[in-house]
Amino acid sequence: MSIFTDPRWAEAWGHLPDYLGSHVRVSVAALALGLLVSLPLAILSRHRPVLRGALLGLASIVQTVPGLALLALFYPLLLALAALSLSWFGAGFSAFGFLPAVLALALYSMLPVLRNTITGLHGVDAAILEAAQGVGMTPRQSLFTVELPLALPVMMAGIRTAAVWVIGTATLSTPIGQTSLGNYIFAGLQTQNWVFVLFGCVAAAVLALAVDQLLALIERGLHNRSRLRAALGGIGIVALVAATLVPTMMRSQTSYIVGAKTFTEQYVLSALMAQRLKAAGLSATTREGLGSNVIFEALAAGDIDVYVDYSGTLWANQFHRTDIRPRQELVAELTTMLAKQNITLLGELGFENAYALVMPRKRAEQLGIRTIADLAPRAANLSIAGDYEFFSRPEWTALRRVYGLSFRGQRQMQPDFMYAAVASGEVDVIAGYTSDGLIAKYDLVALNDIRRAIPPYDAMVLLAPKRANDETLRKALTPLVGKIDIATMREANLRAAGNDATSSRDAVAQWLWEKVGKK
Amino acid sequence: MNPPLITYADVSKTFDGGRVVAVDNVSLDVAEGEFLAIVGGSGSGKTTLLRLANRLIEMDSGSITVEGEDVRSVDPISLRRRIGYVFQSGGLFPHLTVAGNIGITPKLLGTPATEISARVDELLDLVRLDRAQYRDRLPHELSGGQRQRVGVARALAAKPRIVLMDEPFGALDPLTRDALGDDFRELHKKLGLTTVMITHDMTEAILLADRIAVMGAGRLLAQGTPSKLSESDHAYVGELMRTPRRQAERLGALLPRDGAA
Repeated sequence: MSIFTDPRWAEAWGHLPDYLGSHVRVSVAALALGLLVSLPLAILSRHRPVLRGALLGLASIVQTVPGLALLALFYPLLLALAALSLSWFGAGFSAFGFLPAVLALALYSMLPVLRNTITGLHGVDAAILEAAQGVGMTPRQSLFTVELPLALPVMMAGIRTAAVWVIGTATLSTPIGQTSLGNYIFAGLQTQNWVFVLFGCVAAAVLALAVDQLLALIERGLHNRSRLRAALGGIGIVALVAATLVPTMMRSQTSYIVGAKTFTEQYVLSALMAQRLKAAGLSATTREGLGSNVIFEALAAGDIDVYVDYSGTLWANQFHRTDIRPRQELVAELTTMLAKQNITLLGELGFENAYALVMPRKRAEQLGIRTIADLAPRAANLSIAGDYEFFSRPEWTALRRVYGLSFRGQRQMQPDFMYAAVASGEVDVIAGYTSDGLIAKYDLVALNDIRRAIPPYDAMVLLAPKRANDETLRKALTPLVGKIDIATMREANLRAAGNDATSSRDAVAQWLWEKVGKK
Repeated sequence: MNPPLITYADVSKTFDGGRVVAVDNVSLDVAEGEFLAIVGGSGSGKTTLLRLANRLIEMDSGSITVEGEDVRSVDPISLRRRIGYVFQSGGLFPHLTVAGNIGITPKLLGTPATEISARVDELLDLVRLDRAQYRDRLPHELSGGQRQRVGVARALAAKPRIVLMDEPFGALDPLTRDALGDDFRELHKKLGLTTVMITHDMTEAILLADRIAVMGAGRLLAQGTPSKLSESDHAYVGELMRTPRRQAERLGALLPRDGAA
């Protein structure tokens, strides 16, 4: 099978109207908002050096914040604002997806627009300004008939830079719940689906180039006073926006949204749940690549309808509990705590995806390590790698406290690369996941947590408050409860991490259903 | 002499919080129909004095009347629209065509487009530029002399009675400068304008103006017709007036008469 006949291309094309439409929508809204704020500010500051300095400084600082962090910061900020608005005015708004993405991207677009507008206006010859005054123009007439037209080429260059930045950075809005071309990239990275990664990058680049060229056409049209060119560019932009918005508009608004975090298992399970909902005659879409903190709040706020979380994650991260309880007790208490937020715990799926310290079987045998307690005295000579959140999670604190672990060095890695890294000896130990199929593939072993430092991590299906009494939804998903054992999930995860046609999430979800549905 | 159209009375202007005295207690009348040249070196305050008249610069003390009105009681925007102003090296708007530049003040006054268009053609004739050839050109497509002709046309567009000129011919080559000076002098007469022109060149002032005011260090050193100024006992003024004559005599001696060697 050649790379061109790979059916994953077809799958990628299938997602294009949705992803591209959302991407264009969020980019255009952000750019429009950015222009709406930056242009008046730049004009206001043209005779005020202090304000000008302050604005440029502020915009530069915003620019130094990494795009992903800026986007992530807006989520809690808006969440707090939404809560305030709810308590003050009795009406909240969704702090998830579109709004934080637009605000963060608009902020991001401001520097080039501000800088170029200020530079452009500043660069108008003083003699020309005197002439404008001398022929009897008011300051406003001088601005609109002389200064802005003369500054236009520099301003347009700034707007074009902003457009390209926004379109590129919008790919990072996937983790805060805004569907974008970044969905290809995040999903592709997680499931090692390079077709998706490539497709996402190329689509974003083509979109950025197209918009840049259309803006260039408008710019040349304005410069040469060619109405035709300016109009063609304008029509091009409008057509692009319309073409990408129409499919989004036509999509049913009542569909169920299945959330997924940023790793392979979550992609497979969300695809499985979406398939079951569709089989029950409901319309369903998935919202993938959501950050661990974002997804729970999104469910509580009703922005997504259902997703799979893990008991230990909820216990430690959502409810900030540090005590270790036996499994049944923990689940019972979780159910009560979730009920207080009107979230329904539909049931456990039947497997556990806990963090585990993992190393190659042969190496462990050589060193005589079978449990984490065996590892502790040797840790000072070993290095450890974990995913991006592991080292700031309470489990890591607990492990170090309970076993007195202290490693020679620690590194953060993309989860799917960790297993290969430990297998090749690049690191000695990794904080892997018990349900990960790669443990078997690379002949690794998960070390026993004999002192139970890590709480149980049973996978469980959670329903949004507004779906608490939705019998159709419950009926569609209940057949999954208790049916997926650890071996099956590992195999499913291994399949999904493969790099061929059978590894698409839909194909794996189908396989998983065939395996568990008959039970 | 006609009654004054512009009157400066004890006018002063300082910059930088009083540290730089640009215009120091100047009183000066410009009669209706008069062509007045203000002569002085750089920093003598001549440009500031000119700009106080249409409030491009606000005076500190004293009073200025234009057409009988105290300029401080008039809206500066409408004041500027009824006074023509010719800038050094044109001051044309680079993104507007010749027609767009010339028609700008009528446009600001809300004159209908067809009327502006007719006025532009009329003005192009007046400053001796071919309508068809120059109407739609951009300033960068013109020579220095042509740009200055457009500058003059723009200043005249709203039919002002007064024209202020800030070293209008300073940056031009001698031939163009001579031709343009003569042409403007003719326009001044034909249209019955009152003109105040700044120049640092006494020869130009003597050749074009009815009366000359000499500025130095913000003060008005002397004023009068060229012949009256020649009799001035002020050392600097005397030197200024003698220079053109000395140059003319030397030129007369150096150049053969009637082109015959």
